[in-house]
Parts: sequence; structure tokens; C-alpha cells
Amino acid sequence: MVAEPSPQDNILLDVRGLKKYFPIQRGLLRRTVGYVKAVDDVTFFVREGETLGLVGESGCGKTTAGRTIIRLYEPTAGSALFKTRLLSPDGSPQMVDLLKADKQQLKLLRQEIAMIFQDPINSLNPRMSVSDIIAEPLVIHGRGKGPEVEEIIVNLLERVGLRPEHMRRYPHEFSGGQRQRIGIARALALNPRLVICDEPVSALDVSIQAQTLNLLQDLQADFNLSYIFVAHDLSVVQHVSDRVAVMYVGKIVEMADAEELYINPLHPYTEALMSAVPKPDPLYKSERIVMQGDVADPSNPPPGCYFHPRCRYAVDICSKQTPEFRELRPDHFVACHRAEELQLRGV
Amino acid sequence: MSSGDTLVEVKDLKVEFDVREGIIKAVDGLSLTVKRGRTLGVIGESGCGKSMTARAILNMVPKPGKITGGEILYYRQVGGNGKPLITDVINITKLDPDGELIRQIRGGEIGMIFQEPMSSLTPVYTAGTHINEAVTLHRLIPIRKVGDQLVETIQAHRKVSKQEAREIAIEMLRKVGIPKPEQRVDAYPHQLSGGQRQRVMIAVALSCEPKMLIADEPTTALDVSIEAQILDLMRELQETVDMAIMFITHNLGVIAEMAEEIVVMYMGKQVEQASAVELFYEPQHPYTRALLQSIPHVGKKSRQRLASIAGMVPDPFHLPPGCVFHPRCSSFMPGKCDVIVPGWKQIGPNHWVRCLLYEEV
Repeated sequence: MVAEPSPQDNILLDVRGLKKYFPIQRGLLRRTVGYVKAVDDVTFFVREGETLGLVGESGCGKTTAGRTIIRLYEPTAGSALFKTRLLSPDGSPQMVDLLKADKQQLKLLRQEIAMIFQDPINSLNPRMSVSDIIAEPLVIHGRGKGPEVEEIIVNLLERVGLRPEHMRRYPHEFSGGQRQRIGIARALALNPRLVICDEPVSALDVSIQAQTLNLLQDLQADFNLSYIFVAHDLSVVQHVSDRVAVMYVGKIVEMADAEELYINPLHPYTEALMSAVPKPDPLYKSERIVMQGDVADPSNPPPGCYFHPRCRYAVDICSKQTPEFRELRPDHFVACHRAEELQLRGV
Repeated sequence: MSSGDTLVEVKDLKVEFDVREGIIKAVDGLSLTVKRGRTLGVIGESGCGKSMTARAILNMVPKPGKITGGEILYYRQVGGNGKPLITDVINITKLDPDGELIRQIRGGEIGMIFQEPMSSLTPVYTAGTHINEAVTLHRLIPIRKVGDQLVETIQAHRKVSKQEAREIAIEMLRKVGIPKPEQRVDAYPHQLSGGQRQRVMIAVALSCEPKMLIADEPTTALDVSIEAQILDLMRELQETVDMAIMFITHNLGVIAEMAEEIVVMYMGKQVEQASAVELFYEPQHPYTRALLQSIPHVGKKSRQRLASIAGMVPDPFHLPPGCVFHPRCSSFMPGKCDVIVPGWKQIGPNHWVRCLLYEEV
């Protein structure tokens, strides 16, 4: 059932059976009449220094998964073991469950996990200057004061390609790409080891997108960062990721090495999703697999495999049994009843 | 190209916004031709003037913007059904923006779809204009049934009874792939998903059988699987009704798939124009080249860095002298590019570029 990472792998984060259900409340008494299963039994891991891409269509739970790990949402079930040295008295690494950590532990652990948000306009407080924005995490965690903090801020600004004199300005004085750089500088302020990037480039123009992706890659190499890269753009995700997990209606349906996933997909949803991406080549003969209908409703998903009503390979069993998420090839996980027999097309 | 193929001809169009801080040249000397039944793509980053061009063609530039120069000629064919075809040439820029003629053309002969039909309400319009505009210009009004909105558009442009209009509406919804159109015709916009709303918008736009459809980022807010459905649908419908499409987007994948001819815009000017194949395989302008190199390609795995365009789009109030792209250009020639404004030069049978590399100066 679970993706069993081998011990020699440098696992930084090991998420198992993660669930996040949002209650649907109706009526005067706010009685719970059902649940939106935003994240429904999700299992994955992130190795040290790698980028795990999390892709899927809107509403598939990719953002919720990221936010639940860092406890912006309280999880419904599951565990998320995170390797840290902060909690052991002798500084030796140990795996700590983020989902069970108490308030104090969580505050310590959040120094090591940072987040970059999609919308650089709304994720920066317009009344705070750039230096206040970047200093905030440093102040909260008591890392230095006065000139020390200022030095850290100057370094960070230079590192993300902004100038030191920018620290006295306010977010509205910057362009979208520059604001995203401020967000990145804030995320890096505490020297995190894991950064959850939630659609970090989707609000940016093409030319600015490339600059930002390059910056994220450089920073990863310099600081040995691990990324969870949440995005809906498959070409961007493939470009930045070492491994990719594909989500559909709250579940991961496939997870593999990025190249392997794009060349040899094992899940029909992955195949269809990739065939749907418009290729920037006018001579490309598109043989697109058009998925019929809309994405399933996460409060009332279909029985069996959630994808079966839109799947062109669906057979009887698909509407009856939930497929198991299993490792079919080394490091290639899939949840599909017919994964062994299907010959799917990559890109 | 015989002139009979031309549907809309934009000549040296200028759109300016006179605001407190100064004048923004949103569109600066743009010329292009839309041919009957063909698809013209317009690409560029935000603020390059692509959407303003679209609005100018419908003579609906929002205030304080104004068309300050050039002309937009609409070659309107009248007659048919046994009578000889006569082509009337109408200069859209000279029409009264609230007049009878432009209202017939807008929505009736030139349709438009916007990015996201429910959220594309612009704050510069009053509520009254919104509703008026929605009827002719295809915005969904949240509080009214989609069927009624469709029926109203059809009746505004075709002489049919209410009952007939409703039947056409149901037929249109069926054509665009809305399941159970007989029931959906009575749904309110919020009861539909984003993809379905965009389909309704296409149905509204196509219900009057326009000669041309202006699609401004029609799939940008949608997921890839829904985007694929909408693109397929637009192509299918184009084949059956012989309609020209002006497709505006910043997505290079979408434009490669849809357009036969492509115009690349930067800061209100067209910098390159060619057939889609030529533009993607032999781009000539440094901006086009950089744009094409800066996108990751799905399927081609490389851990390499993306080629990025240095710097950022200039402040519209302080445009650089000479070629507006020169501060970001990898082929910048000091003493030339920052002094001389490049002209629009033809470099192939169907290939134009605005760059001093191709001019003798």
C-alpha cells in the first residue's frame, strides 16, 4: 500500500496516508452533511536536495497537500516524517512527524520549511517595507537584531537579484517578477531545507517565468534545498522536477522520475493530461486524447477509481474497486488496475 | 492575396491613454490584416497592447483610452441569396461607438470571447454599461439564466421569434458540447463549471454566425484538459461556418496549435510577423527568439537553465529611445539601437520584422 523508500535514500520528508477532509456544513446548526475530500490518502516522499513536482488540475488537492504538511491546515489523518536536527539534544538527525508536532516543536520546525506563494501581490503585506517583510521571520525566530538583520537582508536581496536600496521600498513599487523575488528572499531568510513552492511562476509573464525558474534552480544548488513544486503547467514541472507526482481528485495516481513519467506514463490520466498540453511547434501533429466531461466532484467522487468515468480504458473493475497505489517499476508508482497491460503513450 | 479575402485591415493604428502621469501609447502604429476564414494569432506579454488592439477593432477602447490614429477597415459583404455580392468598406474608427452600425457589427458580425466570462468585469465600466455590453458583447450576467442571455443575443442580431431563438440557443449549446442542453439552457452561470461557462460564451459569440471571432486569452483560466476541449471545439466550428479568428494569447503552445499567421507584439508595436511555421522555425527578431527559448518544452528533458530575457518590460511613461527592446536585447548594437527607431521591414514573402539587424543603417 505505501511507497516504501529504501533506507539508503536520503529521505527528507516521508508523507504517508495524508488526508485532509473539509466538512460541508449546512443549516442553522451548521450540521456537517458531508466532506470535501481535498486530500485523500496521499503517500509520497521527498529526497534531500531534490525537487518533487506535484501536478494536477485545479481542485485536485495539490495546494491543500502542501499546506497540510506545513500545518496551515490541520490534517484529518496520516503522517509526515521530516528529518531534522533541531529537536534532538545532541543535534543528531531524527525523523519527526510534522502532523503530530506540538506548538513549540512546530515553531522550531517551521524554520526548516518555507513556502513561496502563487500570487506575489496578495502574499506580501502592502503596508510593510521590503526589509520588514524579509526581517519578519528573522525577528519571530529571534535570529539577530539591528545591523545583523540588515546584513542578512542585504545578502538575501542580492542573492535573489534585487538591489540593497530596494529594502526601503514597498511591494507596490515592484513588478510581478520582482515581488516574487521578494517572496523568495523571505522564504530563504531562515535557511530552510524544504521549500514548498505553490504555483510560484504561474502569475508571471513568460520571460519573467524563465528568470524565476532559473533563480530557483540556482538557489537549490547553492543551499542544497529540497522543493515541493506545486503547479498545473506540465512543461514547467517537468523542467524543474527530479520526480513528479500526478494528482487527481485528492489522490496521487502516479509518481515517478520526471523523465520516466513523461516518456513512459503508466496511468491513463497522466497520458491524457500530457497529450492535452499544447506543444509550441506548429508542425506537431496533435493526437490529443480528449477527456470527456469534467473533473469529479471531491465531495461526491465516483465509486472505484475516481478517474474511471473519463477513462477510455475503463473496464468493469474500475468502477467497483479503488486501485492500489503500488510500485510497478523501481521508483515508479501508479494507482491503476490495468497499469500492467496498458501500453500508454508518452511525449 | 486578392482583396476579396480581406475581412479586416488595420492600418497604422494608434491607441493612447491620457492619464495623470502622462500618455501611454498602448498601441503604436500597428498594421495587420485578417483574412476570411483564417486564423491570425497575436502573442505578447502583459501590457504589450494585444487586448487593446482587439478592443479597438470593436471600437470599444475603455476610457481614458482613445484611438488617436490610423484606420480599421472592415470589408463587409452584403447581398448574396441570388443578389450580387457587394463589399462595403467601413472604417470602424470613424463610427460612433454607441451608434447603430457598430452595434450591428459588434457581436453580430464580429464576436468576442474574453478570458473568464464571469470574472472579466472591468471596474472602469458602470453597471449599466456592463449589462448593455453583455447583451451585445457576450459577458455572462450572473443573475440571469444562460438561455435567456443567449436568446437575447440571438434576437438582437437575427430576426427570429423568442421561441425560435430559444431553439437556436439549445442547438448552439448542444454544438459546443454542453450535456443536456434542454435543461442547461435554464441554468444560471454559477451553476456551470468554468469550462462550461467558457463553452456558453463561445455559444453566445457564435450564435449570430459572425464573420470573425476575436478570442482574447479564451483558455488561459482553464485547466489543460478543458483547454484542449475548447481549442478543438473552436477549430471544428471554424471549419463548419467559415469564420476568421483573431486569437490573442501569451501561451506559445496554444498559438502554435491555433494560428496560421502570427503577429508578435512588444510595448504596443508589432516586432515580427510571419506564418506560424516560419515564426517558430526561423524567428528573426531577437525578442521572438528569446521568447521561444525561454519556455520549457514538455518531452524535451534538460536540466539546463532556460534562456531568459534579461531585465523587465520598461515603464510605459519612460520608454527607451530607439528600439524599445534594446535594453533587454542580446544583439544590442550601441550607437544604433538606442538611437534609431527601426522600421517595419519585409524580409521574406510573408515575413516582416522591426529590427535594425535587418536594416542598413
